[in-house]
Parts: sequence; C-alpha cells; structure tokens
Amino acid sequence: MSFLSILHALPIAVDPLFVGGVGLEEVLIVILKVVVAFVMLMVSVMLMIWFERKLHADMTNRMGPTIAGPFGLLQTLADGIKLFFKEDLIPEERGDPLVFRLAPYLTLIPAFLIFTVVPIGGDFVNGDGTVTWFGNTTHLQIADPPIGILFVLAMSSLAVYGIMLAGWSSGSKYPLFGSVRASAQMVSYEAALGLSLVAVLIKSGTLSTHEIVVGQADGWSWNLWVTGFIPFIVFLIATTAELNRPPFDLVEAEQEIVGGFHTEYSSIRFALFFLGEYMNVVTMSAIMVTLFFGGPDGPILFLDSLGWAWGIFWFLIKVISFCFTFVWFRATLPRFRYDQLMDLGWKLLIPLSLGWIVALAALEVGRDEDWNRFLVAAICFVGLMVMGFLLNSAVAAGKRKRLAGEGFD
Amino acid sequence: MGIFEGLEGFKLTFGKLFDERVTGDYKGGRNDDEKRDKPDRMHGRHVLNRYEDGMEKCIGCELCAGVCPANCIYVRGADNPIDDPVSPGERYGFVYEINYLRCIHCDLCVEACPTQAITETKLFEFSFTNRQDAIYTKDELVVGDDGMPQHLPWEDWRPGEDEHTSAWMRATSPSGAAEYVGKVAWSGELGYGIRAPEAGQTADLAETHVDVEFEVDAAVAAASEDGGHH
Repeated sequence: MSFLSILHALPIAVDPLFVGGVGLEEVLIVILKVVVAFVMLMVSVMLMIWFERKLHADMTNRMGPTIAGPFGLLQTLADGIKLFFKEDLIPEERGDPLVFRLAPYLTLIPAFLIFTVVPIGGDFVNGDGTVTWFGNTTHLQIADPPIGILFVLAMSSLAVYGIMLAGWSSGSKYPLFGSVRASAQMVSYEAALGLSLVAVLIKSGTLSTHEIVVGQADGWSWNLWVTGFIPFIVFLIATTAELNRPPFDLVEAEQEIVGGFHTEYSSIRFALFFLGEYMNVVTMSAIMVTLFFGGPDGPILFLDSLGWAWGIFWFLIKVISFCFTFVWFRATLPRFRYDQLMDLGWKLLIPLSLGWIVALAALEVGRDEDWNRFLVAAICFVGLMVMGFLLNSAVAAGKRKRLAGEGFD
Repeated sequence: MGIFEGLEGFKLTFGKLFDERVTGDYKGGRNDDEKRDKPDRMHGRHVLNRYEDGMEKCIGCELCAGVCPANCIYVRGADNPIDDPVSPGERYGFVYEINYLRCIHCDLCVEACPTQAITETKLFEFSFTNRQDAIYTKDELVVGDDGMPQHLPWEDWRPGEDEHTSAWMRATSPSGAAEYVGKVAWSGELGYGIRAPEAGQTADLAETHVDVEFEVDAAVAAASEDGGHH
C-alpha cells in the first residue's frame, strides 16, 4: 500500500492537488505557494509594524512615522537596514553563544510554520474552498495536515523555547528574569488557549483547518456563535498573553527588566526577534479568524467566478481587524501585575473554559441522544454555577488563610 | 457597570483616533527645507566668543571643564605670548574641545564661565559619520571675524539660530534679578557689540523701560569713551 493510498483510506481531507499522483507540476505549485506565502508574510509583518506604530500614535494624539516613504510606510524597512548594519554582540564568556544564536530562529520559524496551515482564500459559500488553476485543483493554503490545529499548538509551544533560551543563554540577570516570566506566563496561558480550542473542536469534529473552515461556511454558523462566544473571548485573551503583547508584556517590561529576554540582543538578531514577534501577531490573528470567524468566508458581492479572491479579501479584512484589536489593547490597557496575570489565567480563564467544554459536550451528546435540550442546558447551567461557587469559595478561603498567616507561606 | 466599566478606556482610546494631534511633523530642514523656529533660551551647539577688538574671551581657566557633568569639555590653558596676546590678561585657552557625542546641552559651562567666553547657539541637529567629527575643536568653535558662529560645512544654519539663547538673555539681565534689569553686565562682544536688554525680566515693564534705554546709552557711551575694557 502506497503512502497516498493510506492517506485516502483515512477519513481525512487530503489536498486535492495530490490526488492524481505527485509530479513535477505539483511540486512546483507547492514551491510557488510556499514562496508566495513567505513573501506575503514578510510584507505583512513590515506593514503590521508600521500599522501598529501609526495606530498607537493616533490613539495617543501623536503623528507616528512620517518621514520614510509615503505616510512613513518604509520606516520598518529603514529600521531593518539600520539594524542589519549594527554591531552584532554575542555574550561569549558568560552566556552560551550557540544557544544565543539559535534562539531568534526558534521564535521566527514556528511563527511562519503556523501560517502554513491557514486557509487564506477560496470560495466556501458556493464550493468547498478549492481553486482550479491550469488544470490543478488545490487549496489556498500551503498544507492541510489532518492534525492542523494540534500543529498550531505544537508550534506555539515551540516559540516559548525561543524566548526562554534567549533569556537563559544571554548570561545576564534581566534577560533571565524575562525568560523565567515568559516560561511561566506562556505555559499558563497555553492551557487556557488549548482548552478554549477544544470547544471549537467539539463543534467542528475535525482538526484540519480546511475542514473547520468548511464547517463555518455561512455567517451564522461561524464558530464564534456556535461555541457560544466565551471560548473566543478566552482564546483572544490567552493569545494576547501567548504573544507577550500588552497588557501581558511582562516578559519584556521595559520599566522593570530593561527589555526582558532580548536585552542582550543587538543587530540582526534583535531584528529577527522583532520580526518573529510581529509575525506571530499576524499568524495568531489568522488562526483566530480561521477558528472562530469562518476564515475566508464572506459574501460574494459580484464577479462570481472570482469567488476565491473574495475569500482572500474577507480574510484580510478580518485579520486586519484583529491586528487593530491587538494595537487597541496596547494603547488602552496598563500592564498586569505578575500575580494578577497568574490569577486571571489559573483562576478565571482555565476554569471557565473547562466548564464551558463540559457544558458544550453535554449539549452535543444530548443532541445526538435526543435528550430534552432545555433540561440539559438547565442542568449544565446549575452545575456550572455550583462549580463556580465552589471554586470561588476555595480561592477566597485560600486567600483568608494566607492573610491570616497560617497558610502556605 | 461592573465589567463594562473596564471598557470605558477602549472608548477613550478609540475616540483619540479622531482627535487633533498634539505633535507635528519633524521639521529639521531635511525634506521640505523647512526648519522649525527654536524657542528662546534654547541650548544648542556652543561658540567661543571674542571681544570687539578680536581678542578671545576664553582665559583657559577650565571652570567649564570642571563643571561639565558629562565630561565632554577638554581645556588646556597657556600663557599669552607677550608680543601677540590671544586674550586680554595672562592666560588663554590653548586647547578647547567639546565632544558632542557626550554633551547633554545642560548649559552649566555657560553658567560657570567667568568671562562669558562660551555661550550656546540654537543649532542642535548635528550628524556625523565618525566619532572624530563629533569632537569640535577650538578652530571650529570660535566665532568668525564677523563675530557670528562659523557655519561649518556639515551644519545647517538658519537665520536667528545664533540669537536669544539662554546666555544671550542672561547677558542683558543677569540671574533674572530685578535689580539688574537693564544694567549691562557684559562687555562688548564681536559681532553684537553691547546688546540691548531684553524685556520681560521684571514685574513692571512699563516703569523700567525708560531706565533700560538710559542705562544702555550710558553703557555704550562708557564703553566707547574708554575704548573698551582692557
């Protein structure tokens, strides 16, 4: 049995590109897709940095970059060129030079790899999201592995290593503080992130990003509504924390620990961190759009034959609005204190998404078994309330004990 | 109420998008060849002044170097050659260097100077391509024969950038103290002569105005009578 026939035997989506066998043409198409995606992502990072600086300036009554290029659009390019020619310092004695050199790539490459599973276009209203160019039918995404979402989670966990190792290998105290904070924060919020994802997976019944998008092919079947809004809120907050963006930017809090993990970095290595960070913002926005907002789904206003292009258009609109949201967070919210950060993650987001999973699963099972829908909902509601009350009183009791000095410390 | 109170901030920052900007475009003379007017009393690039007869004011006392918090001034004094003195008096500034990669433009050197030899201009936008260029030597700092700061090739001078600096203002009203208003405490300076006092240093402008004019006339007359001060 060949590899392809094994794939066909599994109840999963295989990229229709490879159905007729893999030849030179197919390989070329894949390479083309990778190159186009890479270039688009790089350009989008450049624009994202400009967008953030400009928007943040607008929200604080300033001008933002205006000099380089029209509206300061080329500011990022200018900064990049400047960084490229700066002296590259590596802590040879105290640090670990090998790991120090490796760390920027560990944050940059996962950010790009996450983007490979995001469907960025295609007509999901009238079709199944495939496009046919020059006799080849394919998805508008680089890869559609059957483990799509798990891949995203794996890669976003890998990005933690980049930041952790960067701080550790610098051989300096503030980067170390930053990386310790990073590991604690990102591991905590990874839990909430994964749990809120489970709600989507329960509803979609698949891990493949393409199938998840196909399942939301109409505005009212977006997972945002179907999963009941709460998982999206949890996911948005957890993502902000995963990205180390304000108000969760304790990892690189300038006022407390200089620059956190990237304090010792300079020149092009610093630029790589910068690049990776903003690439993460773009890719995580794209993931959120894919999971909760139907990906490229949107109305086709005219030119029916170009449905896939409308998909790209709506996808971009949605991603940009999420990028806007992240900048808006930064302009509005002050940084969390460390204990507040941990409280929010462990005492609110994780229990909330856990309870929501249980309720969603119960409703799902109830539908399959033809139970009374309202009864199930009522029981779920009461159960969640009781659990919430218990958790709340446990937390309150713990706090009382701690304050009385007879508790853990 | 409650949770939505926290969202007030989002409304505020969103509203700012449509607000007027409080900052403007940077006008450093680069793009549209326009340079923003500098405020009075601004601290910029230094000059070493000369008296009206062309003598240098600097006496090489190194007080400026001593007071400099950034250690950017290097001065060495030397005895004046008897046949061809550089400055009136015994000593003169033999070496005078300011490193503008270090200077923080605090103006303390100007305050310390006993002869008002060093003052500042409003020019502050320098750029250099190497560290050596950032060190201004005495040849570059000392005013030209017209008494104005030298316009060095890499500097972008605009009219008015050598006037109304803090030292300039103080020259006509030392320490801003009311009893000194109008009393010219500085000697005549190359390029400017004895400067007219600035208004605005005392509570009652109208009253002192006449005195001010009188004092200046008297001072000018005195200066021209005895042919200067040395």
